Amino acid sequence: MKKEWPIWEVFIRSKNGLEHRHVGSLHAADSKMALENARDVYTRRSEGISIWVVESKHITASNPEKSGELFEPAKDKVYRHPTFYNLPDELKHM
Amino acid sequence: MQDKIYQYLLLTGDNAMILGHRLSELCGHGPSLETDIALTNISLDLFGQTRNYFQLAGALTTDNKSEDDIAFLRMAHDYRNVLLVEQPNKDFAHVIVRQFLFDSFHILLLKELTNSNDQQIAAIAQKSLKEVTYHLDFSSEWVKRLGAGTEESHQKMQDAIDFLYPYSGELLEETPIELEMKEMGIGADLPAMKTNYYNHIHQVLEEATLVPPETSWFQSGGKKGIHSEHLGFILAELQYMQRAYPNMNW
Repeated sequence: MKKEWPIWEVFIRSKNGLEHRHVGSLHAADSKMALENARDVYTRRSEGISIWVVESKHITASNPEKSGELFEPAKDKVYRHPTFYNLPDELKHM
Repeated sequence: MQDKIYQYLLLTGDNAMILGHRLSELCGHGPSLETDIALTNISLDLFGQTRNYFQLAGALTTDNKSEDDIAFLRMAHDYRNVLLVEQPNKDFAHVIVRQFLFDSFHILLLKELTNSNDQQIAAIAQKSLKEVTYHLDFSSEWVKRLGAGTEESHQKMQDAIDFLYPYSGELLEETPIELEMKEMGIGADLPAMKTNYYNHIHQVLEEATLVPPETSWFQSGGKKGIHSEHLGFILAELQYMQRAYPNMNW
């Protein structure tokens, strides 16, 4: 086959209440095949209860070359973390 | 009586085992990573079902046969699988059409067996039904995709249909054991499935722009132990380890 199937990104939700997580990618000719393939490749060991697939070309990604201007400025803004509150002792697991 | 149920379990178990073996031959050789894993998953489902049937069958034997004894230590003419499932993996079209013709039958069989008087058989059928519902979905989609695909894929699928379709009749052929099991409420009513079976197949083939061959003649023999040459080669590979190293385990 000369023409390669397009690539799809696969997202799996492992259980109710949790979010879908990106688990990997695969090749498929259409969305139905992508779901079938995702089921067969990524949920063989009971990893999930729900699958999303999206063709990779529909994802808009940030440019790694711009990571400086995108992400560096947040690094010295520690006050954005809620770490400056005095927590009462009764409050656990924070 | 015990022996008849044993024979009946072989009729269902052997189909699952031999088709499972055929699919396992594709492990690492599938046309793409995704289909390779998909077919291997189906193979493993079928082996799981085989084990269930053979464990149950073993318990009915007077000499307490294990599932391995039943799977590996019979002669070719003691296997009861239909000829369809031993047909070789000639190309992907043959693999898919063989699977489709079998799955379409398998799902009807299991639906009937969930009502079996024998609760253990009913329980195995119940468990297997979910797996087989997916198998049928998978193979039907591929039949449609390839049948209505390119000119080449269409031709390969039509060739596979022409070759394998005559093997479908044996699935619904009623042997004396199956007749007896039906009358006792243990087994399925095969002749009654015929209309549903061919309606479903013809409907999918039509969607796939494929044409069933005009034939009134069907291959048969496997259920009576009269197999094609292919089974001998399958068993040679399948049985080698148990024959060379009796009772080996890992």
